[in-house]
Amino acid sequence: MSNTTGHIETQSTNEFLKGLWKDNPVFVQVLGMCPVLAVSNTAMNALAMGAATAFVLLMSNILVSILRNVIPKEVRIASYILIIATFVTITDYAIQAISVELHKSLGAFISLIVVNCLILSRAEAFASKNSVLKSIQDALGMGLGFVFALFCLGAVREILGNGSIFGAAIFPDNFQPWIVMILPAGGFFTLALWLLIFNGLKMKKSKA
Amino acid sequence: MEQVSSPKESRNEQTNGLKMLRAMVSIGALCGLLIVLTFEGSEPRINTLRAEALKKAVFKVLPPTASIQGFGFNGDIFVKTDNESEVVLYAGYNDSNELSGLAIIAQSQGYADIIKILYGYDIENQKVVGFHVLESKETPGLGDKIEKDPEFLENFKSLDATINLTDKALINQVVTVKSGTKQNSWEIDGITGATISSRAIGDAINKSLQNMGAIIQVHKENFELNE
Repeated sequence: MSNTTGHIETQSTNEFLKGLWKDNPVFVQVLGMCPVLAVSNTAMNALAMGAATAFVLLMSNILVSILRNVIPKEVRIASYILIIATFVTITDYAIQAISVELHKSLGAFISLIVVNCLILSRAEAFASKNSVLKSIQDALGMGLGFVFALFCLGAVREILGNGSIFGAAIFPDNFQPWIVMILPAGGFFTLALWLLIFNGLKMKKSKA
Repeated sequence: MEQVSSPKESRNEQTNGLKMLRAMVSIGALCGLLIVLTFEGSEPRINTLRAEALKKAVFKVLPPTASIQGFGFNGDIFVKTDNESEVVLYAGYNDSNELSGLAIIAQSQGYADIIKILYGYDIENQKVVGFHVLESKETPGLGDKIEKDPEFLENFKSLDATINLTDKALINQVVTVKSGTKQNSWEIDGITGATISSRAIGDAINKSLQNMGAIIQVHKENFELNE
Protein backbone atom coordinates (compact mmCIF):
# COMPACT_ATOMS: atom_id res chain seq x y z
CA MET A 1 0.00 0.00 0.00
CA SER A 2 2.80 2.43 0.77
CA ASN A 3 4.77 2.48 -2.44
CA THR A 4 5.50 6.14 -1.76
CA THR A 5 7.80 5.73 1.18
CA GLY A 6 10.71 4.43 -0.86
CA HIS A 7 11.77 7.65 -2.50
CA ILE A 8 12.55 10.58 -0.30
CA GLU A 9 12.47 13.77 -2.28
CA THR A 10 14.98 16.50 -1.63
CA GLN A 11 13.01 19.41 -3.01
CA SER A 12 10.20 20.42 -0.72
CA THR A 13 7.77 21.17 -3.54
CA ASN A 14 7.91 17.55 -4.57
CA GLU A 15 6.30 16.50 -1.27
CA PHE A 16 3.39 18.68 -2.20
CA LEU A 17 3.16 17.88 -5.90
CA LYS A 18 3.44 14.10 -5.64
CA GLY A 19 0.06 13.82 -3.94
CA LEU A 20 -1.60 15.93 -6.58
CA TRP A 21 -0.48 13.95 -9.56
CA LYS A 22 2.24 11.28 -9.46
CA ASP A 23 0.99 9.53 -6.32
CA ASN A 24 -2.59 10.72 -6.40
CA PRO A 25 -4.33 8.94 -3.51
CA VAL A 26 -7.33 7.91 -5.58
CA PHE A 27 -6.12 7.49 -9.15
CA VAL A 28 -2.71 6.01 -8.38
CA GLN A 29 -2.76 4.58 -4.85
CA VAL A 30 -6.46 3.66 -5.06
CA LEU A 31 -6.98 4.41 -1.36
CA GLY A 32 -10.12 5.46 0.50
CA MET A 33 -12.50 3.98 -2.04
CA CYS A 34 -15.53 3.91 0.25
CA PRO A 35 -16.14 7.68 0.36
CA VAL A 36 -14.87 8.07 -3.21
CA LEU A 37 -17.60 5.82 -4.56
CA ALA A 38 -20.34 6.68 -2.11
CA VAL A 39 -20.30 10.45 -1.67
CA SER A 40 -19.30 11.50 -5.17
CA ASN A 41 -22.85 11.59 -6.55
CA THR A 42 -22.88 15.39 -6.74
CA ALA A 43 -20.06 17.88 -7.18
CA MET A 44 -20.97 19.69 -3.94
CA ASN A 45 -21.00 16.50 -1.84
CA ALA A 46 -17.69 15.45 -3.39
CA LEU A 47 -16.04 18.79 -2.59
CA ALA A 48 -17.36 18.85 0.97
CA MET A 49 -16.30 15.28 1.66
CA GLY A 50 -12.90 15.91 0.05
CA ALA A 51 -12.38 19.05 2.12
CA ALA A 52 -13.39 17.28 5.34
CA THR A 53 -10.99 14.43 4.63
CA ALA A 54 -8.19 16.81 3.66
CA PHE A 55 -8.68 18.76 6.90
CA VAL A 56 -8.53 15.61 9.02
CA LEU A 57 -5.49 14.46 7.05
CA LEU A 58 -3.69 17.77 7.57
CA MET A 59 -4.42 18.03 11.29
CA SER A 60 -3.60 14.40 12.08
CA ASN A 61 -0.40 14.55 10.01
CA ILE A 62 0.70 17.62 11.99
CA LEU A 63 -0.04 16.06 15.37
CA VAL A 64 1.43 12.68 14.47
CA SER A 65 4.57 14.37 13.22
CA ILE A 66 4.92 16.49 16.38
CA LEU A 67 4.45 13.45 18.59
CA ARG A 68 6.47 11.06 16.43
CA ASN A 69 9.35 10.80 18.91
CA VAL A 70 7.08 10.50 21.95
CA ILE A 71 4.77 7.71 20.78
CA PRO A 72 6.22 4.26 21.55
CA LYS A 73 6.18 2.21 18.39
CA GLU A 74 4.15 -0.62 19.96
CA VAL A 75 1.11 1.60 20.42
CA ARG A 76 1.61 3.86 17.43
CA ILE A 77 -1.35 2.60 15.37
CA ALA A 78 -3.70 2.93 18.35
CA SER A 79 -2.40 6.46 18.92
CA TYR A 80 -2.88 7.41 15.28
CA ILE A 81 -6.45 6.12 15.30
CA LEU A 82 -7.13 8.10 18.47
CA ILE A 83 -5.73 11.27 16.91
CA ILE A 84 -7.61 10.74 13.64
CA ALA A 85 -10.88 9.99 15.46
CA THR A 86 -10.49 13.21 17.45
CA PHE A 87 -10.17 15.36 14.36
CA VAL A 88 -13.04 13.54 12.67
CA THR A 89 -15.25 14.37 15.66
CA ILE A 90 -14.13 17.99 15.48
CA THR A 91 -14.87 18.07 11.74
CA ASP A 92 -18.28 16.56 12.41
CA TYR A 93 -19.16 19.40 14.80
CA ALA A 94 -17.69 21.96 12.41
CA ILE A 95 -19.80 20.73 9.49
CA GLN A 96 -22.92 20.77 11.66
CA ALA A 97 -22.10 24.33 12.63
CA ILE A 98 -21.73 25.28 8.95
CA SER A 99 -24.86 23.68 7.54
CA VAL A 100 -27.36 21.13 8.80
CA GLU A 101 -28.31 20.26 5.21
CA LEU A 102 -24.72 19.49 4.26
CA HIS A 103 -24.28 17.40 7.38
CA LYS A 104 -27.38 15.45 6.47
CA SER A 105 -26.33 14.78 2.89
CA LEU A 106 -22.88 13.55 3.96
CA GLY A 107 -24.58 11.46 6.60
CA ALA A 108 -22.68 8.63 8.20
CA PHE A 109 -19.72 9.10 5.87
CA ILE A 110 -18.21 11.80 8.06
CA SER A 111 -17.70 9.37 10.93
CA LEU A 112 -16.30 6.87 8.45
CA ILE A 113 -13.37 9.21 7.72
CA VAL A 114 -11.81 7.59 10.80
CA VAL A 115 -11.23 4.40 8.85
CA ASN A 116 -10.18 6.06 5.60
CA CYS A 117 -6.97 4.19 4.90
CA LEU A 118 -5.52 7.22 3.11
CA ILE A 119 -5.21 9.09 6.40
CA LEU A 120 -3.80 6.20 8.38
CA SER A 121 -1.36 5.38 5.60
CA ARG A 122 -0.04 8.96 5.48
CA ALA A 123 0.36 8.97 9.27
CA GLU A 124 2.19 5.65 9.25
CA ALA A 125 4.17 6.02 6.04
CA PHE A 126 5.05 9.69 6.14
CA ALA A 127 4.19 11.83 9.16
CA SER A 128 5.68 9.41 11.69
CA LYS A 129 9.05 9.60 9.90
CA ASN A 130 9.27 13.22 8.78
CA SER A 131 9.41 16.76 10.12
CA VAL A 132 6.28 18.79 10.76
CA LEU A 133 6.90 21.06 7.77
CA LYS A 134 7.32 18.15 5.38
CA SER A 135 4.25 16.44 6.84
CA ILE A 136 2.17 19.57 6.25
CA GLN A 137 3.30 19.67 2.62
CA ASP A 138 2.58 16.00 2.22
CA ALA A 139 -0.88 16.33 3.78
CA LEU A 140 -1.76 19.37 1.67
CA GLY A 141 -0.67 17.61 -1.50
CA MET A 142 -2.45 14.35 -0.71
CA GLY A 143 -5.51 16.21 0.59
CA LEU A 144 -5.82 18.37 -2.51
CA GLY A 145 -5.18 15.31 -4.67
CA PHE A 146 -8.08 13.60 -2.90
CA VAL A 147 -10.36 16.62 -3.33
CA PHE A 148 -9.38 16.84 -6.99
CA ALA A 149 -10.12 13.14 -7.58
CA LEU A 150 -13.44 13.28 -5.75
CA PHE A 151 -14.41 16.38 -7.70
CA CYS A 152 -13.53 14.67 -11.01
CA LEU A 153 -15.92 11.86 -10.11
CA GLY A 154 -18.61 14.05 -8.59
CA ALA A 155 -18.72 16.48 -11.50
CA VAL A 156 -19.03 13.75 -14.13
CA ARG A 157 -21.70 11.91 -12.15
CA GLU A 158 -23.75 15.01 -11.45
CA ILE A 159 -23.56 16.27 -15.05
CA LEU A 160 -24.61 12.94 -16.55
CA GLY A 161 -26.86 11.71 -13.79
CA ASN A 162 -28.68 14.89 -12.94
CA GLY A 163 -27.97 17.21 -15.87
CA SER A 164 -26.57 19.86 -13.55
CA ILE A 165 -23.37 21.08 -11.92
CA PHE A 166 -23.42 22.48 -8.36
CA GLY A 167 -27.21 22.20 -8.57
CA ALA A 168 -27.50 24.50 -11.61
CA ALA A 169 -29.01 22.84 -14.68
CA ILE A 170 -26.73 22.99 -17.71
CA PHE A 171 -28.61 20.97 -20.30
CA PRO A 172 -31.80 21.91 -22.14
CA ASP A 173 -35.04 20.56 -20.67
CA ASN A 174 -35.27 17.62 -23.03
CA PHE A 175 -32.06 16.09 -21.63
CA GLN A 176 -32.77 12.69 -20.16
CA PRO A 177 -30.56 12.18 -17.07
CA TRP A 178 -28.68 8.90 -16.79
CA ILE A 179 -30.05 7.88 -13.41
CA VAL A 180 -27.52 5.06 -13.16
CA MET A 181 -24.72 7.60 -12.79
CA ILE A 182 -25.92 8.88 -9.42
CA LEU A 183 -26.61 5.35 -8.21
CA PRO A 184 -23.72 3.33 -6.70
CA ALA A 185 -23.02 1.58 -10.01
CA GLY A 186 -22.31 4.95 -11.63
CA GLY A 187 -19.55 5.47 -9.10
CA PHE A 188 -17.76 2.39 -10.33
CA PHE A 189 -18.24 3.35 -13.99
CA THR A 190 -16.89 6.84 -13.43
CA LEU A 191 -13.95 5.65 -11.33
CA ALA A 192 -13.02 3.11 -14.01
CA LEU A 193 -13.24 5.82 -16.65
CA TRP A 194 -10.90 8.15 -14.76
CA LEU A 195 -8.46 5.34 -13.95
CA LEU A 196 -8.40 4.51 -17.65
CA ILE A 197 -7.63 8.12 -18.56
CA PHE A 198 -4.95 8.44 -15.87
CA ASN A 199 -3.21 5.22 -16.74
CA GLY A 200 -3.41 6.05 -20.44
CA LEU A 201 -1.70 9.37 -19.80
CA LYS A 202 0.92 7.70 -17.62
CA MET A 203 1.76 5.05 -20.23
CA LYS A 204 2.06 7.66 -22.91
CA LYS A 205 4.44 9.64 -20.71
CA SER A 206 6.64 6.69 -19.86
CA LYS A 207 6.92 5.71 -23.51
CA ALA A 208 7.92 9.18 -24.60
CA MET B 1 6.88 -6.39 14.84
CA GLU B 2 8.35 -9.60 16.13
CA GLN B 3 10.08 -9.57 19.41
CA VAL B 4 12.43 -12.18 20.77
CA SER B 5 11.78 -12.41 24.46
CA SER B 6 14.85 -12.97 26.56
CA PRO B 7 14.91 -12.27 30.30
CA LYS B 8 16.75 -9.01 29.70
CA GLU B 9 14.22 -7.77 27.21
CA SER B 10 11.22 -8.69 29.29
CA ARG B 11 12.43 -6.19 31.87
CA ASN B 12 12.68 -3.64 29.06
CA GLU B 13 9.09 -4.39 28.15
CA GLN B 14 8.04 -3.57 31.68
CA THR B 15 9.33 -0.04 31.45
CA ASN B 16 7.95 0.13 27.94
CA GLY B 17 4.54 -0.83 29.26
CA LEU B 18 4.51 2.13 31.58
CA LYS B 19 5.75 4.35 28.79
CA MET B 20 3.04 3.06 26.48
CA LEU B 21 0.40 3.65 29.08
CA ARG B 22 1.66 7.16 29.71
CA ALA B 23 1.73 7.95 25.99
CA MET B 24 -1.77 6.61 25.38
CA VAL B 25 -3.25 8.30 28.43
CA SER B 26 -1.75 11.67 27.60
CA ILE B 27 -2.82 11.45 23.94
CA GLY B 28 -6.28 10.42 25.11
CA ALA B 29 -6.46 13.37 27.49
CA LEU B 30 -5.26 15.77 24.81
CA CYS B 31 -7.82 14.44 22.33
CA GLY B 32 -10.59 14.60 24.91
CA LEU B 33 -9.73 18.21 25.67
CA LEU B 34 -9.77 19.11 21.97
CA ILE B 35 -13.18 17.51 21.48
CA VAL B 36 -14.68 19.18 24.54
CA LEU B 37 -13.40 22.58 23.41
CA THR B 38 -14.87 22.15 19.92
CA PHE B 39 -18.16 20.93 21.34
CA GLU B 40 -18.43 23.88 23.70
CA GLY B 41 -17.51 26.29 20.93
CA SER B 42 -19.89 24.98 18.29
CA GLU B 43 -22.89 24.00 20.42
CA PRO B 44 -24.81 27.31 20.42
CA ARG B 45 -24.53 27.69 16.65
CA ILE B 46 -25.50 24.05 16.02
CA ASN B 47 -28.57 24.52 18.21
CA THR B 48 -29.70 27.62 16.33
CA LEU B 49 -29.22 25.88 12.99
CA ARG B 50 -31.11 22.81 14.21
CA ALA B 51 -34.00 24.97 15.42
CA GLU B 52 -34.14 26.68 12.03
CA ALA B 53 -34.13 23.35 10.20
CA LEU B 54 -36.86 22.10 12.54
CA LYS B 55 -39.08 25.09 11.77
CA LYS B 56 -38.56 24.55 8.04
CA ALA B 57 -39.54 20.91 8.46
CA VAL B 58 -42.72 21.93 10.32
CA PHE B 59 -43.91 23.86 7.26
CA LYS B 60 -43.04 20.88 5.09
CA VAL B 61 -45.13 18.29 6.91
CA LEU B 62 -48.22 20.48 7.35
CA PRO B 63 -50.77 21.61 4.76
CA PRO B 64 -50.38 25.29 3.70
CA THR B 65 -49.44 27.09 6.88
CA ALA B 66 -48.69 30.73 7.58
CA SER B 67 -47.47 30.70 11.15
CA ILE B 68 -46.54 28.19 13.82
CA GLN B 69 -46.50 28.04 17.61
CA GLY B 70 -44.55 25.62 19.75
CA PHE B 71 -46.22 23.68 22.55
CA GLY B 72 -44.72 21.87 25.50
CA PHE B 73 -46.33 19.18 27.64
CA ASN B 74 -46.66 19.69 31.39
CA GLY B 75 -47.92 16.22 32.25
CA ASP B 76 -51.64 16.96 31.83
CA ILE B 77 -52.14 19.35 28.96
CA PHE B 78 -50.22 21.12 26.21
CA VAL B 79 -49.06 24.64 26.96
CA LYS B 80 -47.63 27.30 24.70
CA THR B 81 -43.89 27.69 24.99
CA ASP B 82 -41.18 29.54 23.14
CA ASN B 83 -38.37 27.58 24.71
CA GLU B 84 -37.14 25.32 21.89
CA SER B 85 -35.90 22.62 24.23
CA GLU B 86 -39.35 22.11 25.80
CA VAL B 87 -41.29 21.93 22.53
CA VAL B 88 -42.87 18.53 21.82
CA LEU B 89 -45.14 19.66 19.01
CA TYR B 90 -45.86 22.65 16.81
CA ALA B 91 -49.32 23.88 15.88
CA GLY B 92 -49.64 25.39 12.41
CA TYR B 93 -52.12 28.12 11.45
CA ASN B 94 -53.29 29.20 8.00
CA ASP B 95 -53.77 32.75 6.71
CA SER B 96 -57.04 33.23 8.57
CA ASN B 97 -55.48 32.01 11.84
CA GLU B 98 -57.28 28.67 11.78
CA LEU B 99 -55.51 25.56 12.97
CA SER B 100 -54.08 23.73 9.94
CA GLY B 101 -52.58 20.81 11.85
CA LEU B 102 -49.97 19.69 14.34
CA ALA B 103 -46.37 18.81 13.64
CA ILE B 104 -45.31 16.32 16.31
CA ILE B 105 -41.78 15.30 17.21
CA ALA B 106 -41.33 11.56 17.74
CA GLN B 107 -38.44 9.16 17.99
CA SER B 108 -37.63 5.50 17.97
CA GLN B 109 -34.62 3.21 17.92
CA GLY B 110 -33.48 2.58 14.36
CA TYR B 111 -30.72 0.34 13.09
CA ALA B 112 -27.76 2.56 13.92
CA ASP B 113 -29.08 5.07 16.40
CA ILE B 114 -32.27 6.74 17.53
CA ILE B 115 -34.20 8.16 14.57
CA LYS B 116 -35.87 11.48 15.30
CA ILE B 117 -38.79 12.41 13.07
CA LEU B 118 -41.45 15.05 12.69
CA TYR B 119 -44.89 14.11 11.41
CA GLY B 120 -47.87 16.19 10.46
CA TYR B 121 -51.17 15.34 12.17
CA ASP B 122 -54.60 16.45 11.00
CA ILE B 123 -56.72 16.76 14.17
CA GLU B 124 -60.13 16.87 12.44
CA ASN B 125 -59.64 13.84 10.21
CA GLN B 126 -57.33 12.08 12.68
CA LYS B 127 -54.75 11.34 10.04
CA VAL B 128 -51.00 11.57 9.62
CA VAL B 129 -50.51 13.89 6.66
CA GLY B 130 -46.74 14.25 6.29
CA PHE B 131 -43.43 13.04 7.60
CA HIS B 132 -39.86 14.26 7.74
CA VAL B 133 -36.69 12.75 9.22
CA LEU B 134 -34.97 15.19 11.55
CA GLU B 135 -32.02 13.09 12.65
CA SER B 136 -30.85 9.68 11.54
CA LYS B 137 -27.58 7.82 11.28
CA GLU B 138 -29.03 4.97 9.22
CA THR B 139 -26.84 3.14 6.73
CA PRO B 140 -26.37 5.15 3.53
CA GLY B 141 -27.98 3.39 0.59
CA LEU B 142 -30.12 1.10 2.78
CA GLY B 143 -31.62 2.56 5.94
CA ASP B 144 -31.59 6.11 4.67
CA LYS B 145 -34.21 5.14 2.09
CA ILE B 146 -36.77 6.15 4.72
CA GLU B 147 -36.01 9.76 3.75
CA LYS B 148 -35.95 9.29 -0.01
CA ASP B 149 -38.02 6.33 -1.17
CA PRO B 150 -41.06 7.93 -2.87
CA GLU B 151 -43.27 4.87 -2.39
CA PHE B 152 -42.48 4.83 1.31
CA LEU B 153 -43.18 8.54 1.69
CA GLU B 154 -46.50 8.01 -0.09
CA ASN B 155 -47.64 6.09 3.03
CA PHE B 156 -47.66 9.26 5.05
CA LYS B 157 -49.88 11.39 2.82
CA SER B 158 -53.01 10.03 4.49
CA LEU B 159 -52.32 7.52 7.24
CA ASP B 160 -55.27 6.59 9.39
CA ALA B 161 -54.70 7.24 13.10
CA THR B 162 -58.13 7.41 14.68
CA ILE B 163 -58.27 7.62 18.45
CA ASN B 164 -60.80 5.73 20.53
CA LEU B 165 -61.61 8.26 23.24
CA THR B 166 -62.94 5.75 25.78
CA ASP B 167 -59.72 3.70 25.73
CA LYS B 168 -57.59 6.79 25.11
CA ALA B 169 -55.69 4.77 22.50
CA LEU B 170 -55.53 4.24 18.76
CA ILE B 171 -58.35 2.09 17.35
CA ASN B 172 -55.86 0.53 14.98
CA GLN B 173 -52.20 0.70 15.89
CA VAL B 174 -50.01 2.29 13.26
CA VAL B 175 -47.76 -0.49 12.10
CA THR B 176 -45.15 -1.07 9.40
CA VAL B 177 -45.86 -4.18 7.36
CA LYS B 178 -43.71 -6.11 4.90
CA SER B 179 -43.16 -4.30 1.62
CA GLY B 180 -46.10 -4.69 -0.75
CA THR B 181 -48.54 -6.12 1.80
CA LYS B 182 -50.27 -2.92 2.93
CA GLN B 183 -54.02 -3.48 3.00
CA ASN B 184 -55.44 -1.06 5.54
CA SER B 185 -55.13 2.69 5.75
CA TRP B 186 -53.34 2.47 9.12
CA GLU B 187 -50.56 0.28 7.78
CA ILE B 188 -47.24 1.50 6.43
CA ASP B 189 -45.70 -0.34 3.52
CA GLY B 190 -42.13 -1.14 4.62
CA ILE B 191 -38.99 -0.96 2.50
CA THR B 192 -37.09 -4.05 1.42
CA GLY B 193 -33.51 -3.61 2.60
CA ALA B 194 -34.52 -1.08 5.23
CA THR B 195 -36.79 -3.24 7.35
CA ILE B 196 -35.60 -2.05 10.75
CA SER B 197 -35.48 1.61 9.77
CA SER B 198 -38.95 1.61 8.21
CA ARG B 199 -40.35 -0.25 11.21
CA ALA B 200 -38.83 2.35 13.49
CA ILE B 201 -40.85 5.07 11.76
CA GLY B 202 -44.13 3.23 12.27
CA ASP B 203 -43.13 2.54 15.84
CA ALA B 204 -42.27 6.19 16.52
CA ILE B 205 -45.61 7.46 15.19
CA ASN B 206 -47.54 4.71 16.98
CA LYS B 207 -45.89 5.31 20.35
CA SER B 208 -46.27 9.04 20.10
CA LEU B 209 -49.99 8.89 19.20
CA GLN B 210 -50.73 6.25 21.84
CA ASN B 211 -49.24 8.61 24.39
CA MET B 212 -50.54 11.94 23.23
CA GLY B 213 -53.30 11.29 20.70
CA ALA B 214 -56.13 11.17 23.21
CA ILE B 215 -54.90 14.25 25.08
CA ILE B 216 -54.65 16.14 21.80
CA GLN B 217 -58.23 15.18 20.85
CA VAL B 218 -59.70 16.00 24.28
CA HIS B 219 -57.99 19.36 24.57
CA LYS B 220 -58.25 20.41 20.92
CA GLU B 221 -59.26 23.92 21.85
CA ASN B 222 -55.87 24.47 23.51
CA PHE B 223 -54.30 24.80 20.10
CA GLU B 224 -56.68 27.48 18.79
CA LEU B 225 -55.29 30.97 18.48
CA ASN B 226 -57.26 33.22 20.78
CA GLU B 227 -56.45 36.87 20.35
